[in-house]
Amino acid sequence: MKRLLAGAAMAVMGLTGSAYADGHGDFPDRPIMMVVSYGAGGATDFQARIVTMTAGNEDALGMPIAILNKPGAGGRVGWNWFATQADADGYTLSAYNIPHFIAQSIKGGVEYSSDSFEPIANWGADPAVLVVGADSEFNTLQDVVDFTKANPGKLTTSGAGLFVGHHIAALQMEKAGNMKMAYIPTKGGGAAAMKAVIAGDVMAGINNLSDAFRAAQAGNVKILAVADLERNEFLPDVPTMKEAGLDVDNSSVNFRGIMVPKGTPDAIIEKLAATVPAMFDNKRVTGKMKAGGSPMHVMTRDEVKAMWAAREETLKELLAGL
Amino acid sequence: MEFIFYFGDVFTPINFGLLLLGTIGGLILGATPGLSPTMAVALLIPFTFQLEAAQGLILLGAAYTSTVAGGAVSAILLKIPGAPANIATTLDGHTMAKNGQGAKALQLSFLASAVGGVFGVLLLIFLTPVLAKWALAFGPSHLFWLAILGVTVIGTLDSKSVVKGLLSGCIGLWLATIGFDDIMGAQRFIFHPALGGGINIIAALIGLFAIPQVITMFAKGRVASGAEVIEVQKHSVVDAMKELMRNKRAMGIGTITGSIIGLIPGVGGQIAGLVAYDQSKKFSPDRDKFGTGHPEGVIAAEAANNAMVGPSLVPLLTLSIPGSPTAAVLLGGLLIHGIFPGTDLFDNHPDVAWTFINSMLIGQILMCIFGLYVAGMAAKVARVPQSIMAAIVLGLAVFGSYSVQSSMGDVYVMASLGVMMYFLERFGFSAAPLVLGLILGPIAEANFIQGSMIANATDGLTPYFFGGTLNIFLIAVVILSVLYSGYMELRSRRYTSKEEIIA
Repeated sequence: MKRLLAGAAMAVMGLTGSAYADGHGDFPDRPIMMVVSYGAGGATDFQARIVTMTAGNEDALGMPIAILNKPGAGGRVGWNWFATQADADGYTLSAYNIPHFIAQSIKGGVEYSSDSFEPIANWGADPAVLVVGADSEFNTLQDVVDFTKANPGKLTTSGAGLFVGHHIAALQMEKAGNMKMAYIPTKGGGAAAMKAVIAGDVMAGINNLSDAFRAAQAGNVKILAVADLERNEFLPDVPTMKEAGLDVDNSSVNFRGIMVPKGTPDAIIEKLAATVPAMFDNKRVTGKMKAGGSPMHVMTRDEVKAMWAAREETLKELLAGL
Repeated sequence: MEFIFYFGDVFTPINFGLLLLGTIGGLILGATPGLSPTMAVALLIPFTFQLEAAQGLILLGAAYTSTVAGGAVSAILLKIPGAPANIATTLDGHTMAKNGQGAKALQLSFLASAVGGVFGVLLLIFLTPVLAKWALAFGPSHLFWLAILGVTVIGTLDSKSVVKGLLSGCIGLWLATIGFDDIMGAQRFIFHPALGGGINIIAALIGLFAIPQVITMFAKGRVASGAEVIEVQKHSVVDAMKELMRNKRAMGIGTITGSIIGLIPGVGGQIAGLVAYDQSKKFSPDRDKFGTGHPEGVIAAEAANNAMVGPSLVPLLTLSIPGSPTAAVLLGGLLIHGIFPGTDLFDNHPDVAWTFINSMLIGQILMCIFGLYVAGMAAKVARVPQSIMAAIVLGLAVFGSYSVQSSMGDVYVMASLGVMMYFLERFGFSAAPLVLGLILGPIAEANFIQGSMIANATDGLTPYFFGGTLNIFLIAVVILSVLYSGYMELRSRRYTSKEEIIA
């Protein structure tokens, strides 16, 4: 509360003091807002709140970050707003989800592309995993591949919507195995897709590792494979898809991080890019993230830039002709 | 019986203080238009970072319980349903308030909420394993039929003419198609950037219910305002309890419908109140009085929406699947402390699980006590002159629709739907069937498309949608519901004159 009050007081001071802040030397001098394009309580929102909770510390930004949810249309509403209406002054940040926003911009109908934003740093990487119900006859990825090859288009597989990581993973599996699955996008995100697997509405599902890990702990699902380059620390016994025989890389991994709109002054971007990765590495942050079953993967601005460019290329190729 | 063992934990000074804070805060947040239970719980999450797991959940659980009940305050006094759960409450509750019976309506709503709520939490305590199976039993085909069952209610809900009811339901179904479709990837009717995310249900509710009323108040002008001050009748709590005892049927139907429907992931919370209202109307000998300020309507709706609270948490607590947006927020509250719902919660953290559930039980009762305390005072709102009232409601409507997702777009949606509804109301259409269409449209559509995708990949459409006991049962109920409405329509035609129909 004290921090909030202090923040509010600083905000008022910031209004009068902004005239001489042209050099951006004292950035930030008022609280910062971060847009999350998904609803309160979702995985992105939950993680965004944890990784920004130490922003007010002196060794971080020295100013708190407030989360603002602008959900709708799979993130499009929030990112549209961010690309077209947010002030490029460093006080408005947004969380990004890769591959979601890049895939959406490739499919069109939105007002942004990866050129509309400048990455600051990445905090998390949530790979897509293949899950089946606890009592399913499938026990390995090979079982699933064998079934799908013998019964083209019969393997009902749930995932959270179109052009999200889950969908990308399904497309990559089909391509790598030269097979046809029946991808069933659900309304209501990963939770609804997971429910469909547990209830037996579908034969398999592609879901977030973090959610699948919880469901597996509760004994409701079996996790057969991870769509990533390496095994995950949460699931050391689960093979990657590549190990299990399907040539699927990490294009579907859901990377989460912070970005600003294009046009934000370079000095501010540099200041953020220098402080934010250290803020993610704070012990309290990593502790809470681990407790919540959310895999972390801190990347600097340059690493993220390279990752964005690589994703853009793979996704363009994968989504062509869809 | 394990839960009794942990009852003591609820009454430690800090925990009980948090419970009181959550309850009172929840009532205030719930009574504020636009702050739905989901929003209220999400707002409180950052505060739980500093608390222990059990304490944080007490705060969240109490807030969830009392925001649902608090929504009745604005529904009854201002005709602004705070959340979809309170739509049915406005139908009779606001009419009662206009007749000067606001205090009685509020007392009944809090008493009914408490009875329904306690029953719901008891179900959660004793029947969780059974309920978890029931929650999973509903696949896409069943949810589709359930939504169709809801559609059969549209024609008879709060309108004199079935045709007008159906027409306004269709408008709602159309509005529901606006936006980006997650399943097929299509963009539909996005003729303004504000509509990209579809029509937000809370913003629509505020616009459809509050704005026509504001325009009517302004249209009356200043002259009439002095003459129309409503006399607020005093009503004692004892009388309200007696009234509740007289309406056991509405109470029972509301509680049971709410508990059963509340359990179904993704659907329950939104329609429990409306379905309960409709059912108790069908079973009541005084069904003609519904909509004219009949206590049974308030009781059924409020009993149902609080009965839903307990069962709606079953999928979250047992299967780790959040069945409603509010449950998703609560999941965040658990994860932040490293607790995974499911077996982990009950086996390794029974103190957290049971303290949380117990606090909701005690929270229901505290909520009722505070609610009854404010009911008498709050009802005086009806005495505020209309011109001032209209300005206040308008302000709240703008604030409420903006705060849902901090978006001016929602305010535009609220305002334009509201103006549209004002004219529709003048032609005898009403808002409730329209909203029901808006809620049911996406449920029916998404589940039909998903179901048909699954069916096409497996054993075909007909066996998928028409096979299985639950499908057949639901279809039978749909047919019965249609036949019953038809029969009632015919019977009422026989006894109404031509003039009445035209009017």
